[in-house]
Amino acid sequence: MIRRILIRVAAVLVTLLIAISIAFALGRLSGDPTASILGPMATEGQRADLRAELGLDQPLLLQYFDYLGGIFTGDLGNSLQFYQPNLTMILDRVPFTLQLVGAGMLIAIVIGVPLGVLAATREGSWWDRAASALALLGQSIPVFWLGMMLVLLFAVQWGLLPAGQSGSVQHLVLPALTMSLYPMAHVARLTRATMSDVLREPYIDAARARGLSAGSIVWKHAFKNASLPVLTIVVLQAGTLLSGAVAVEYVYAWPGLGQLALQAIQFRDFPLVQAIVVFGAITFVLLNQLVDLLHALIDPRVR
Amino acid sequence: MTSTSHGTSLVGADSSSAPAGPVLDITDLVVEHRREKSRELFRAVGGVSLSMQPGDTVGVVGESGSGKTTLAMAATGLGPRTSGKIELLGRDLDTLSKQQLRALRPEVQVVFQDPHGSLDPRQSVRSGFRELRRLQPKRTSWTDDVALLDQVRLGPEMLDRYPHQLSGGQAQRVCIARALLMRPRLIVADEPTSGLDVSVQADVLDLLRESLADSGASMLFISHDLAVVRNLCSHVMVMLHGEVVEAGPTEEVLNAPRHDYTRKLLAAMPGARWREKR
Repeated sequence: MIRRILIRVAAVLVTLLIAISIAFALGRLSGDPTASILGPMATEGQRADLRAELGLDQPLLLQYFDYLGGIFTGDLGNSLQFYQPNLTMILDRVPFTLQLVGAGMLIAIVIGVPLGVLAATREGSWWDRAASALALLGQSIPVFWLGMMLVLLFAVQWGLLPAGQSGSVQHLVLPALTMSLYPMAHVARLTRATMSDVLREPYIDAARARGLSAGSIVWKHAFKNASLPVLTIVVLQAGTLLSGAVAVEYVYAWPGLGQLALQAIQFRDFPLVQAIVVFGAITFVLLNQLVDLLHALIDPRVR
Repeated sequence: MTSTSHGTSLVGADSSSAPAGPVLDITDLVVEHRREKSRELFRAVGGVSLSMQPGDTVGVVGESGSGKTTLAMAATGLGPRTSGKIELLGRDLDTLSKQQLRALRPEVQVVFQDPHGSLDPRQSVRSGFRELRRLQPKRTSWTDDVALLDQVRLGPEMLDRYPHQLSGGQAQRVCIARALLMRPRLIVADEPTSGLDVSVQADVLDLLRESLADSGASMLFISHDLAVVRNLCSHVMVMLHGEVVEAGPTEEVLNAPRHDYTRKLLAAMPGARWREKR
């Protein structure tokens, strides 16, 4: 048991190290940041001074170890454009992104799961067709386009909801709805697929033979067994969205992490980009571990 | 006896007032389904009739594909039926609503071929019992979990096990325990031992025999094994290609088989040659 935990921790650390190193490499590949900071009129001397100030004149390997050491002591560096610690800025934005992702995933689950279950229990029915249509549309409509259409309808045309920015529940509705469509489609499709597999299992016939109600067969026996893959997808999707709800945040001027990442990239603020990538990687790896832990908690066979 | 089902109210559906007629009465049952690839109509069961009196144990034998399981599933209203009439515990399945059929289920328990497959992998033995007790509080109050497990010769430590922690024989005993808990009037057992080790098969069969003797329930026993049926069943029905070729009291049929196919099955029985020589 202890051995298994140690192996698990080692694997997590290695994964993180690889992610962190890729983030570092990407930061160095995107050109000279002093050009965008100082503008085209700066002299070579000014640039050299700035490079020295940022530590960019050091050998690459030394920069890398500096950066690694920083991460392990909780120092993600300072932003080049905001003159603030990256970590503080990231933590300022996280609550907004969490709100958005949480609300979006909630909508996705509340609609996607029942629709998938209905489709699986009534194969070939209108519910089934609705679920297929949703799966197709949800996975093919571009998020930014959907966002703009919703703004056009609800904000511009009908004036029901604000078109952007944050602050109230009304502000959250459109971005959350926009964000929910893709995971909703994914959840509905996966729920339908796993449910229709489980419903063919002999223990479902056995439950019917015992006289259990249709509701308790579908939810207690079938869905309980079909829920693991769905749960996995929900958590992993949430992980992806946490670090990159860029399109939605951009369309709705939502002050989350995605917006910050966009600003950082536009300004070649490579320490901030790196910090956001590292933060995303850590979140994703930890959520992956959470999925495994949940599996073990829920499924007696995995224990 | 069975004519009472016409227009009678089924509200008072307790077993005490049930008629003393056949527990299962099948008239001219036909089950057809389309083959998946060729789309041609396939007759799995072709015109089978059967009447089971209380206390009867009827063995249905035949090779795989002879329609035994299809018959059993149709008889319990779990599987499809093309035509024919089925009266289960005196009630015509055609006249029963879904709710009424569901109310009848506790009286008719099914033990399936694959014990692991027929247990929910996420449900412990204890919570499986609990589910049934919640469903039928009165009917299941006659015993507690430990005594019930004892009856199928399992220890109380099994209560907290999940299906994957049970051997095939243990899992089938749990399935039988669940069936017994409901105090059914009819048990339908579909090859309950064919998935088990030979050494365990005899135990499980003994258990079924004892349980029947204790409870007075009837049993429809599906098997491909004549030796088992001879051992367990008062009556036997031999099926071939969806039709009954021979039926009657077990000893009668097996001692003086009239149909070639029955003789073939008998000859294939283990020990048959040895008995002939003697």
